[in-house]
Amino acid sequence: MAGSVPGQFRFRYRCPRGSIPDPPPLRFPPPQRKVARKPAPRDHRRPVRRRPRLRAAGQWRRAAAGPGPRPFRPCHVTATRQAGRSPAMLSQIFILSSKGDRLIHKDFRGETCGTSTDLADTFYRRITSLPGDQAPVFMAHEGWHFVHVRHAGLYFVATTTPDASPFTLVEFLNRLVTLLRDFCGPLSEKNVSLNFALIYELLDEMLDYGYIQTTAPEVLRNFMHTEPVATKPFSLLDLGSIGLFGAETQQSRVAPSSAASRPVLPPRGEQGTRNEVFVDVVERLTVVIAANGTPMKVDVQGEIRLKCYLPSCVEMRIGLTEEFCVGKSELRGYGTAVRVDECAFHSSVKLDEFESGRILKVTPSQGEYQLADDIPSPLPFRLFPTVDQDPTGRLRLYLKLRCDLPPKSQALNVRLQLPVPKGVSSLAQELSSPEQTAELQPSTKSIRWDIPRCQGGSQLSALFKLEVPGLSRASLLELGPANLAFELPAHTCSGLHIRFVRLPGPAGPPQRWVRYLTHSDSYVLRF
Amino acid sequence: MPYLGGEEALRELRRALANPHVQADRLRYRAAVLRVIRHMAQGADVSGLFPEMVKASAAADVVQKKLVSLYVRAQAPRQPQLALLAVNTLRKDCAHPSPAVRGLALRSMCGLRMPGIQEYLQQPLLSGLRDKASYVRRAAVLGCAKMLKLQGDCEVDGALVNELYSLLRDRDPIVVVNCLRALEEILKKEGGVVINKPIAHHLLNRMADLDQWGKSEVLTFLLRYRPRSEEELFDILNLLDGYLKSSSPSVVMAATKLFLVLAREYPHVQADVLVRVKGPLLSACTSESRELCFTALCHVRQILGSLPGHFSSHYKKFFCSYSEPHYIKCQKMEVLCELVNDENVQQVLEELKGYCTDVSVELAQGAIFAIGNIARTYTEQCVGLLTELLGLQQEHITSAVVQAFRDLVWLCPQCTDAVCRALPGCEDAIQDSEGKQALIWLLGAHGEKVPNAPYVLEDFVENVKSEMFPAVKMELLTALVRLFLSRPAECQDMLGRLLHYCIEEEMDMAVRDRGLFYYRLLQSGVEVVKRVLCSPKSDPSLGLLEDQTERPVNTWASEFNTLAPVYGRERWALITAHQPEPSYACSPCTDSRNRDTESLISEGNKEVLKVHPDTGSLTLIPDVYLTAEQFEKSWLSLDMSCHLSLPWCGTVHPDTIQTALHVVHIQTIAMSKAGVQPWKAYLSAQDDTGCLFLTELLLEAADPEMQVSVKQSEAKPEALRAFISVLRTVMGAAAGLGS
Repeated sequence: MAGSVPGQFRFRYRCPRGSIPDPPPLRFPPPQRKVARKPAPRDHRRPVRRRPRLRAAGQWRRAAAGPGPRPFRPCHVTATRQAGRSPAMLSQIFILSSKGDRLIHKDFRGETCGTSTDLADTFYRRITSLPGDQAPVFMAHEGWHFVHVRHAGLYFVATTTPDASPFTLVEFLNRLVTLLRDFCGPLSEKNVSLNFALIYELLDEMLDYGYIQTTAPEVLRNFMHTEPVATKPFSLLDLGSIGLFGAETQQSRVAPSSAASRPVLPPRGEQGTRNEVFVDVVERLTVVIAANGTPMKVDVQGEIRLKCYLPSCVEMRIGLTEEFCVGKSELRGYGTAVRVDECAFHSSVKLDEFESGRILKVTPSQGEYQLADDIPSPLPFRLFPTVDQDPTGRLRLYLKLRCDLPPKSQALNVRLQLPVPKGVSSLAQELSSPEQTAELQPSTKSIRWDIPRCQGGSQLSALFKLEVPGLSRASLLELGPANLAFELPAHTCSGLHIRFVRLPGPAGPPQRWVRYLTHSDSYVLRF
Repeated sequence: MPYLGGEEALRELRRALANPHVQADRLRYRAAVLRVIRHMAQGADVSGLFPEMVKASAAADVVQKKLVSLYVRAQAPRQPQLALLAVNTLRKDCAHPSPAVRGLALRSMCGLRMPGIQEYLQQPLLSGLRDKASYVRRAAVLGCAKMLKLQGDCEVDGALVNELYSLLRDRDPIVVVNCLRALEEILKKEGGVVINKPIAHHLLNRMADLDQWGKSEVLTFLLRYRPRSEEELFDILNLLDGYLKSSSPSVVMAATKLFLVLAREYPHVQADVLVRVKGPLLSACTSESRELCFTALCHVRQILGSLPGHFSSHYKKFFCSYSEPHYIKCQKMEVLCELVNDENVQQVLEELKGYCTDVSVELAQGAIFAIGNIARTYTEQCVGLLTELLGLQQEHITSAVVQAFRDLVWLCPQCTDAVCRALPGCEDAIQDSEGKQALIWLLGAHGEKVPNAPYVLEDFVENVKSEMFPAVKMELLTALVRLFLSRPAECQDMLGRLLHYCIEEEMDMAVRDRGLFYYRLLQSGVEVVKRVLCSPKSDPSLGLLEDQTERPVNTWASEFNTLAPVYGRERWALITAHQPEPSYACSPCTDSRNRDTESLISEGNKEVLKVHPDTGSLTLIPDVYLTAEQFEKSWLSLDMSCHLSLPWCGTVHPDTIQTALHVVHIQTIAMSKAGVQPWKAYLSAQDDTGCLFLTELLLEAADPEMQVSVKQSEAKPEALRAFISVLRTVMGAAAGLGS
């Protein structure tokens, strides 16, 4: 177990259809000639002058190599000084449940002992009674500032000082969440409280005196000794949930969807049994479709996550779709290419074969990676609404929803949310199949239409009759836009596919799982 | 299990910890310790178990050591005597062969936070600083900071500081960063760690070894360094260029800030940097993490404040998604308002119109106000759009639209006619106080253009008894008196009724006083009333006071990537005003009195702001702070340069004047309270050549003119003339605002 390097790998791709006009095209470094690093990408000087000279800042070097280190302490009088900006530090960290119970509370600096009230309680009171116009991410309280992120219904809160960098804080908290997920399995109130000893240990290694020390999982692992407590024993036979793994490499078998979320530290006595690699391609769709059916905004952000449970650290090769273009200028294949505006790779990814064969070489470790991409394939859903008034004065709303996926794919948990005029008093419905449901939600004044599953190429329809007293032309303006939420398992809108995952080494082929998932971040259909 | 069972549980735990059988079994022992920690985490008092726990830490099990150290650190402040027990074991662990144990012991010992521990700390810390293992050195370096914090005010040990400075050359990057952090805390009184040229260059060369957190912190520390020459400056920028493209937003933002601050004299570099950071900021804006998204949006707004149009071509990125939380949607709408231009205005307005019918009242109103803001530039389109919204007859929408109209008419008088045409019919749909006030104000100020204005106001007068909000009643009084001046025949009767009601029946003192005031005013004749009330109905020049557009980059570069942009300017001012310094911080030793002889401006404050285009040669410098003593000394030593008197109507609140003066960088040294006779104020300002302008404002009782005396530190008649014209403009604007 000592040598194993687990980790999670993530990359993201994003892109709007042509709305970013040419960000300077992303260049991948030429094959393995790192030594001669190409000259600084852009010179900020007016006259062009190459080669930063600082590396050879000789004076200081020579002095340091002299007999015995020269006293390094600078003279305080001559040095220029700016008003002190203290570095980013976190005074306390706490994790609260959605009801405000304190699951984890760690005070790193003991500075807040003097304050009259308990900060965790104060935070919870503030967050639950916040006026609508204030954003809750950062809150000030008696000279301290709370920063929090929310995940899985839990609040991860840090207290800090005003000149801390907000980006660092938020990024750190997000990283903390990822690490906790890696080390303890899926996050939940129960899981956090079961694993509290491990979390305290983790926090202790990550932060000292409120300063971030390290967040690299492979480093942290060496210092972690507590074992995770799993909420539910993991079993390969647990096929109750819908299997989302349709792996090209292992077509006959399907792993449960929870397989990739278990902790990376194996419980005692189970070493060597799980030689597995999981590759997830997850895409988020942000789409706005105008009333006439033209897409106004199409934005797909994708992420390739790699999570491996391998006993030893080997280089892995992942092949992406060969027709994978980055930027506008590049063209590959015959029009069916996956086009990406922007992509970012984690620093541990070697890209020397990327130009030629679209192969990523990865030494598994924590990371993430951003790509951006464009959609050549049609959008998954179109909506055709018809609105009229029947003779009795009721508003008739006929919705036709067409699913444009290939016939083999399907969409799950489709939910259409449609705002209706505020004066509506009752709803009558006719749906095309019995498994669908629809209801009028009085709190948000909208119709919710649930479709558990929808096969590609199919068409669903619904007829709603609304009783709206005092219906006027103006109140029809309140109708729409519809928002659609759905999941598309085993489908990527960008067409990105993993061709292969190869691992060298004699130790028997590990099990490799690939999963594709697209979900809608926001899919708005205008009326 | 007797969890939280108080005494009983404690006894049971003690029994378990003391049981030799348990102690012999590693796992059972650990489980018992774990249970104690769990009780502690849940808030139970487990301090009674201290001796047993200290004993448990002597075991060989590392997990157990960690758990106990957690316990000891939490309990030590409550039980200093007993904590000394733990010190012994910990000191022994500091010599343990395993670096992990040594580091842990050192960290726990330094974290004990109890008085008198320092003498035990010195020795292990010093050997920790020279330990072979970097893990131990990391803990030792921060341990120094912890120890010196415990000592409090004592003199800082010079040898230790030197040792830490020399550890900046350590091989381990985290040790280097920890050294900076420790020195920063230890030397706080002297202004923090000093970054001189060798250190700066050393850090720059080590940048590549650091992880993202280290990078962003070192970049923050480097802000202190001032390159000596242009060449050095650009070398540094070139070296750091790659970090503008890092995959971690925190590094990108720290690098951006450094670039902006270092290149403060090179606007083209600053502009270039902001262009290059666009990509990372936009991708953070669409990040999956809402919190990161929010932070990035706030910084986008900050940038837009000085470079409007910077993100204009990416406006679609700032369209709201259905599933986003409110605070993000609100930020996005603000951003949309600021980046609107000729090309995208149509699409942006179309999008905002979609939000106006949102289920959430706040969001819908926010969208309407956003359209109102855009209307300052694209008046015609927006007024059409807003008028259309009135057709919805929704209470909250109508109210927000009328409020938007009120603000718009004030700034863009050309749209008055269109607004007045839209007004009839609104009165039925408005229920809230803000909306009513806006509607009444509009009817009062522009009643001559709304045919049914008197009848709408009459309805309000009829129902004044059941009106809940005093503010609405006051507004009604003012509006009716104004309308009376333009349409006397229709209003005389109801004005009489309203005044009668306000004076005779009203319980609220403010309303009653206002009623009396108007009554007496009317007694003095219509001409007088006209002179008082018919002030200009709009004044576009007030845009200066409402929102200053185009703040130069240098005004906010030092705030970039701190919490200031996240809260927004107004709230930040509020927060920092109440909480000047968090309790732990001691102020930096910039004792201004010692600097009397030097120039009053420090290097950093040489950001100069053009005050007014027509003041030509004069530029006043922001952030010059004179203390009252300094002012008094200078005032007494200088001769009068100029004396003048300004017309004054006497109803202006001092705060208004102060704010107005602050806008043009005139500092208020002292000021009497409102209504004091005679009223005085002392002001100071400094121009970019270092010339000081000291001013006294004096207002005698019942004098319609304000006496202004100006003294100047150097005789420069031209600058004096310019200064006086600035002063005159500001006071004029303030007077107009106050009445």
